[in-house]
Amino acid sequence: MNEERAPVSDGQAPANDEQAPVSDERVPVSDERVPVGGERADALAGLLAFVRRRVTGDYEVDEFGYDAELTDKVLLELLRPLYHRWFRAEALELKQVPRDGGALIVANHAGTLPVDALMLQVALHDEAGRALRLLGADLVYQLPMLSHLARKTGHTLACPEDADRLLRQGELVGVFPEGFKGVGKPFSERYKLQRFGRGGFVAAAIRAGVPIVPTAIVGSEEIYPKIGDLPALARLLGLPYLPITPFFPLLGPLGLVPLPSKWLIEFGEPIRTDDYDPAAADDPMLVFNLTDQIREVIQQLLDQLRLRRGHAFPPFL
Amino acid sequence: MTHTVLVTGVSRHIGARVASVLAADPDVSRVIGVDTVPPPSLTRDGGISLGRTEFVRVDLRSPDIAQVIAAADVDTVVHMSLVSAPSRGTGRAAMKEHNVIGTMQLLGACQRSATVRRVVVRSTTAVYGSSPRDPAVFTEDLEPHDGPSHGYAKDAAEVEGYVRGFARRRPDVSVSLLRFANFMGPGVDSPLTRYFTQPVLPTVFGFDPRLQFVHEDDAVEVLRRMAKEDHPGTYNVAGAGVLLLSQCARRAGRLSLPLLSPAVQLLGAMVRRTGLVDYSPEQLRLMSHGRVVDSGALESELGWKPKFSTGAAFDDFLRSHGLRPLGGARQ
Repeated sequence: MNEERAPVSDGQAPANDEQAPVSDERVPVSDERVPVGGERADALAGLLAFVRRRVTGDYEVDEFGYDAELTDKVLLELLRPLYHRWFRAEALELKQVPRDGGALIVANHAGTLPVDALMLQVALHDEAGRALRLLGADLVYQLPMLSHLARKTGHTLACPEDADRLLRQGELVGVFPEGFKGVGKPFSERYKLQRFGRGGFVAAAIRAGVPIVPTAIVGSEEIYPKIGDLPALARLLGLPYLPITPFFPLLGPLGLVPLPSKWLIEFGEPIRTDDYDPAAADDPMLVFNLTDQIREVIQQLLDQLRLRRGHAFPPFL
Repeated sequence: MTHTVLVTGVSRHIGARVASVLAADPDVSRVIGVDTVPPPSLTRDGGISLGRTEFVRVDLRSPDIAQVIAAADVDTVVHMSLVSAPSRGTGRAAMKEHNVIGTMQLLGACQRSATVRRVVVRSTTAVYGSSPRDPAVFTEDLEPHDGPSHGYAKDAAEVEGYVRGFARRRPDVSVSLLRFANFMGPGVDSPLTRYFTQPVLPTVFGFDPRLQFVHEDDAVEVLRRMAKEDHPGTYNVAGAGVLLLSQCARRAGRLSLPLLSPAVQLLGAMVRRTGLVDYSPEQLRLMSHGRVVDSGALESELGWKPKFSTGAAFDDFLRSHGLRPLGGARQ
């Protein structure tokens, strides 16, 4: 209502007859300033339309709760400075990511807080044009705020049903098979892949017949170097671990600022699973072997990428 | 083939609509409607014309229903009589008795009957519960982590157990079990529709559940088809797509008031006494974690899709109640 009325009340200030010429005059003025004014007006109109859609609830979310517009326009927008300026992240070998259809991204997990998940999402969304649908721990979905932010940005619970559903819908699904073991490992074990769960992700890929893209993320290990743990307090709070870093909890909230390490994300050659019979997903030996193979590929990628990056905090260290 | 249909729960909105649609069908020779209370009068309470439905007032908890089935040679039973919220006067115990004992009596009567060939039972997607540990989308064969532990959903889960038992004992009878998402539409009066007509919507802080609705017209159509053809099995029934609670509130032009979950529980206990809105623990879990089901099995079985998506069903409800978003209608 209010938005519709706005231009009318502008025109009502002069006499009614003059309304048309006034608006005519305005048009060439904005044309003279050519791109700047026009762009600005377009941007403003776009913003108003966006706000209007959000306020009136006129947008779509998918059955998992993924709000593509909110993710692109607001949530990823907040992460982009972190990706480009703070971590100077670079995505390599993007051609390995299938342009469409279902695929499974399998990556290493590190950094005490799962910032790597967010950066991987920015990389794939902005540079490969694909929405990443991560499979997360159930802890995420029990916590207020985190649970609905995770759903709105397209992620869901790590369970065979959801993985299968997303892959069959042709989505790009991401998993961190190390889970808490990986993200919460001490700094001394950086870039050493932990055990890969039960290989549920391999079974899901075989069942859906989608390729597995091994992915290495370098840089995440240095953002919060975990040098200690407070297991008793963590148990009390129901958390998998409570880290001590050189700056946390020493500096309080300031200690939550991630260190500006240099990031590289490399996608490896996809491993096809469509040669297998879908029933092979229930063959534990095959699933374990494939899981090990993928783990080795990622470890190799990780070692090469780490050499290629060099110092974690260039140009200082 | 279909001759005589028995519909239970005809004094409630959807039950009455199903009875009237079947009564208008020339292939159906007789429609018998039963309920514990007489249907609301047409003029005063906005009741629905039952057409040539013969109404019989039967307390489902008593064995009288067997006599009705035997006397009329009923061949199709549509069991709609599931109460979703305790009424102000009688309370939870009566509700449970009505739902569970009522179904047991009805199924017992069907088991003895030589004429009954088809049984259609209305259930609810609430049997899946709402949990952060369950898959995002439920299919019919999924076993939920935390099944319902009390209230309407528990009743429905027990009713389903008896229905499955009946289907095992009478394999010659076609048994359809329909799990409906929350009904939505101009005529629907449920705890959820009453929730959305409040001026301020209390929500659980930090959670924005996914909700799914089925329009009453689609629900009636599904039940009509199920009553006329054999479609044995269990089916989810829901409109396509989902709405987030925040999105519903925005579309309704209502402010939401996020409260920490203990506060919602406290408020719920207070408000429940008024009988207006249901803030049961079940409802609270739904308001935290939401619930979405896959109705693909129904769609391929019937070769038909609900006409209203979840969003369209909700918009139709809003239109009929004169609710609109802040800043005017959506395009």
